Amino acid sequence: MLKSKNKLSFEGLEIVYGALAEGIDKAGEQNEALFLAKLVLLLAHEQGDTTVFQRCLETALTDMLG
Amino acid sequence: MRPAGKGSLESLYFNYPHFPPRLVSAQQEKAERHPVVIVGGGPIGLTAALSLAQYGVKSVLLEKKDTFNDGSRAICIARPSMHILERIGVVKPFLKKALGWQFGRSYFRNSEIFRLEMPHPPSEKFLPMYNLQQQYIESFLYDAVAANPLIDMRWQSDVTAINQSSDNVSLEVSSPLGNYKLDSDYILAADGARSPMRTKMGLRLRGENYEGQYVIADIRMNHDFPTERRAFFEPSGNPGGTVLIHKQPDNIWRVDYQLKPGESEEEALREENIRARVDAILRDLDHRGPWELEWWSVYSANTLCLDEYRHGRVIFIGDSAHIVPIFGVRGLNNGLADAHNIGWKLGFILTGEAGISLLDSYSPERRGATLDVFANAGKSTRFMTPPTRGWRLAREAALSLSLSHDFPRGLANPRQMQPYTYSVSPLTPYPHRDREFTTGPMCGAAAPNARMADGSFLLDHAGNGFTAILFVKDTPTAEWNKLHSKLNALHRRFKTVTIGIGTSEADTIYGADEGTVYLLRPDLHIAGRWTILKPNEIIHTLAVGLGRKLET
Repeated sequence: MLKSKNKLSFEGLEIVYGALAEGIDKAGEQNEALFLAKLVLLLAHEQGDTTVFQRCLETALTDMLG
Repeated sequence: MRPAGKGSLESLYFNYPHFPPRLVSAQQEKAERHPVVIVGGGPIGLTAALSLAQYGVKSVLLEKKDTFNDGSRAICIARPSMHILERIGVVKPFLKKALGWQFGRSYFRNSEIFRLEMPHPPSEKFLPMYNLQQQYIESFLYDAVAANPLIDMRWQSDVTAINQSSDNVSLEVSSPLGNYKLDSDYILAADGARSPMRTKMGLRLRGENYEGQYVIADIRMNHDFPTERRAFFEPSGNPGGTVLIHKQPDNIWRVDYQLKPGESEEEALREENIRARVDAILRDLDHRGPWELEWWSVYSANTLCLDEYRHGRVIFIGDSAHIVPIFGVRGLNNGLADAHNIGWKLGFILTGEAGISLLDSYSPERRGATLDVFANAGKSTRFMTPPTRGWRLAREAALSLSLSHDFPRGLANPRQMQPYTYSVSPLTPYPHRDREFTTGPMCGAAAPNARMADGSFLLDHAGNGFTAILFVKDTPTAEWNKLHSKLNALHRRFKTVTIGIGTSEADTIYGADEGTVYLLRPDLHIAGRWTILKPNEIIHTLAVGLGRKLET
């Protein structure tokens, strides 16, 4: 289970969820992966902690398709 | 639609009655003027007629068809609607037949990721939700209508024209036994989503159409699972789409499944395709036994409504005024609240108990409730039927994380209805009094129930007009008794319900101390509340609730 001190509220999560969906659409299919990778680097830069980044990366790799 | 070889009313479990048209003398109608004509004999029109009859107001109810709805459409009745059904005196058969529920589950690729529990405190009389086929809803309401001498229901009666002037509204009615003209004070248009009344008046719904399409199928099977709402995201039985399962009485199950983007509606609606898809879905539910197909239809989500629900003497109620997505189960429930809201207001106006300005509150209150549904429905609809690639990908990410993490699971909750709060209504003139309370229902909120010391429920004691709930130590003060007389002179139905502090859970639920007063409307919403007696404010609140201006 993912634990973190600065948790988003559910309302916050809903806002992020909608903004992410619209961001992907704005980037367009061709630039989708680039947009998401840039977004991750920016968030990691803002967040400033490599351990947290590593943990999120491992978590994101679980429960993948196939 | 029904399986090949079956007529449109050949159901596995419901016997459709046939209602003949009534012979109406055009000559006699010419001499008569009706207080209210209701167009549309579905659940909303029937409820409006019964609400008016509660106040002794006669109505004519016109229905185009010769029987009830030809398939189950709405199936979820929420707690506030059960209170409406109780207040119009018909809740008994509903409680006997409907399946009550409070839980739901959401699954992603066949793993459970979200457990819904709708609160059901012991202080509440009714469960949060009940499932019942629309044919039964109509038939139970109709039984009460048929037994009520104030309601003149006319089947096979179609409205062909409408003419409105400042002091009259008339309809041209066509029936197999002849055509005639009807004059009336008010018309309630309860003629459904495709409302011919709306079209005839040149009005249009405005709002958004969502892309995703769902097939709705009712099947009969012996399937052992409690009455819960189950939502399956990307199940193996419907890859790429969502599936919703609801249990109904008579071993009938509602299966809603989402079509893939670009799938043809015509192909999807073919019987063999319906059977194949339902088969695959039932395998996911571990149902191995036989099943029978009852009825199916196709549906896409919309959030549409009229800009104004009242046009002079014509008032729109139910789907004719608003179309909401199915996921929040607000279509039928909001319609019932429309019917009851206009029912007591028009009831009071036509018996001379209220001023005509009371009607001005109908549209803001009920359209406000619709806009509130839209705000929630937009969120749940974008999750249930993601409109674009971005929304689909965001949903996939949230669902994938939901398999092992709690934080995104709430996104997978098809939000069920919350009762609407009329906080900015003209009938709620002192909302700032809420600040004097630390807890309890806000001004405009639906009044919560509470168990009394004698085992009865608080709301059972409310009258059919405005009711004050007064919290006292022993008996009401002389000051209250004086105020009660004034309120009673203004409103003959006015009733005071006295609650002894410390005798029940009501004090806690209402955040009340000695001297606290709540003023309840006939629809059990809170018109105002006070921690200390403010006679002028209470009188004023009652007066605006009766559409009257008082000299101060």
